[in-house]
Amino acid sequence: MSTYYAGLFADVGILLLGALSVYIILATGQLSLGNAGFMGVGAYLASYLTVELHWPITAALLASAVSAAIIGVIVGFPALRLKGIYLAMATLGFGEMVRSFFLVFEPMGGSGGFRGMPHVSLSYIWLWAGGILLLVLVLERSRLWLEMRAIHDDETAAGLVGLNTTATKIGAFGFGAAVAAICGGLFAHHYVYIEPANFGFERSIDFVLAVILGGSTVGAGALVGSLLLVLLPEWLRFLVDWRLAAFGVLLILVLLTRRQGILDRALIARLTFRRRAAA
Amino acid sequence: MSDALLKLDNVSKTFGGIRALSDVSLEVPQNRIVGVIGPNGAGKTTLFNVITGAYRANDGEVLFNGDKVTQWPSHRIVRAGIARTFQNIRLFAGMTVWEHLLVAQPHQGNFLRRVLPSRLADPAAWQRAEEALEIFGLTDVRSSIARTLSYGMQRKVEMARALTAGPKLLMLDEPVAGMNHDEAEELRTLLLRLQGRGLSILLIEHDMAFVMNLCHQLYVLDFGALIAEGTPTEIRQNPIVLDAYLGSETTC
Repeated sequence: MSTYYAGLFADVGILLLGALSVYIILATGQLSLGNAGFMGVGAYLASYLTVELHWPITAALLASAVSAAIIGVIVGFPALRLKGIYLAMATLGFGEMVRSFFLVFEPMGGSGGFRGMPHVSLSYIWLWAGGILLLVLVLERSRLWLEMRAIHDDETAAGLVGLNTTATKIGAFGFGAAVAAICGGLFAHHYVYIEPANFGFERSIDFVLAVILGGSTVGAGALVGSLLLVLLPEWLRFLVDWRLAAFGVLLILVLLTRRQGILDRALIARLTFRRRAAA
Repeated sequence: MSDALLKLDNVSKTFGGIRALSDVSLEVPQNRIVGVIGPNGAGKTTLFNVITGAYRANDGEVLFNGDKVTQWPSHRIVRAGIARTFQNIRLFAGMTVWEHLLVAQPHQGNFLRRVLPSRLADPAAWQRAEEALEIFGLTDVRSSIARTLSYGMQRKVEMARALTAGPKLLMLDEPVAGMNHDEAEELRTLLLRLQGRGLSILLIEHDMAFVMNLCHQLYVLDFGALIAEGTPTEIRQNPIVLDAYLGSETTC
């Protein structure tokens, strides 16, 4: 694989993890626009552990995932009181808070950024991205995921059929935050340089966009969305300065024709049925 | 009297200045079908919401199986053994009939069983869902998105979902609304069968013929207060009830 495509696929893997972190929280009906904040926490913490404390990268990623999960649970509690756009605004505020924190936090370089991380390979990134995608796809077949979907569809009814909506929603925030932190840790060790601007609002939007484009009701949608979001602007390079505008038009066209995103449960059921019928 | 499964003790609920329920006391004995009737706006659904923890009572106690459940969160009340349906059907928009019957079942055992694919981890739950499909005659539509079914079918899915929660008391909010006569008759037989298997049922209903032919005990609610209680025969002859609710239109 050329270094050009290797770089692109590293970006796809990192975006996939970010998209999955949004997808997991969205599965309980909560839209988070602050996942770049969790990503930033993971990036800075993992970098500190590998550079200053010389931890192996895998241990550093796991430690930052656990720490971000704790922060996610803490953020999840006030988020319980908010719904829809109000929750989106609050999480956006959290993300900006994290970004501004690292902007003034001199021990980790402040606005000058932080460097010196060991570089990770493309296959290492995909070990994590593929592993967590697989984990989510397996989880989707569990009782827990069914409960998350019930809360997504009708939270009050979910409580009244016996589901503990509070614990599930908070747990989803914690899990999503952990995945976002791994995304951040890998990002830091792929680019080997991070600065607060890497974890701004646009990054959170990219995650959400990948989920909505690919299909927000199935885990595989995050993969399709991440692939398109990274590769499409590249394939449109022949349009030179117009490529991002063209990308925007394509995006709107996709959402106009398939509001639920490119993949949904019905489509996947149909595809798997055909495969079974052919076999 | 103390062996009642559900007991309400002077329960009151106010919304702002409006008294939706005032000093309501009622009992559902073990293995009985009890009905609550009353005109629109009498507070019947509010009563259900207070019992299931969707609203908190301002005053009084709700006792279930000897426990004071008045302040418990909804999910805990359901797990204690009260499952309900809704007057305006509340099914999960994206779910198939089959998924509805899995999601409400109580958890058996450890967390691992909850996060592994349920087909492998919890075959007993699949078995119970299959049974519920059978009982309610939903086998043919198991893979359909529940919200796309007919109104009567949706009501059945709601009842089946409530039943898979493994309740001791099933609470039905206008179960035959939107059903034709045959469907209602079929449901009546079904509820008697469930009662025969040891279930207690508390239901709100407008269809007088349905209530009169099914319930052992009736309570009449008007403007948030109980105005009468008794067997269907007693209620039918009670002048206060005739006046307040059945009015001059009564034909039964």
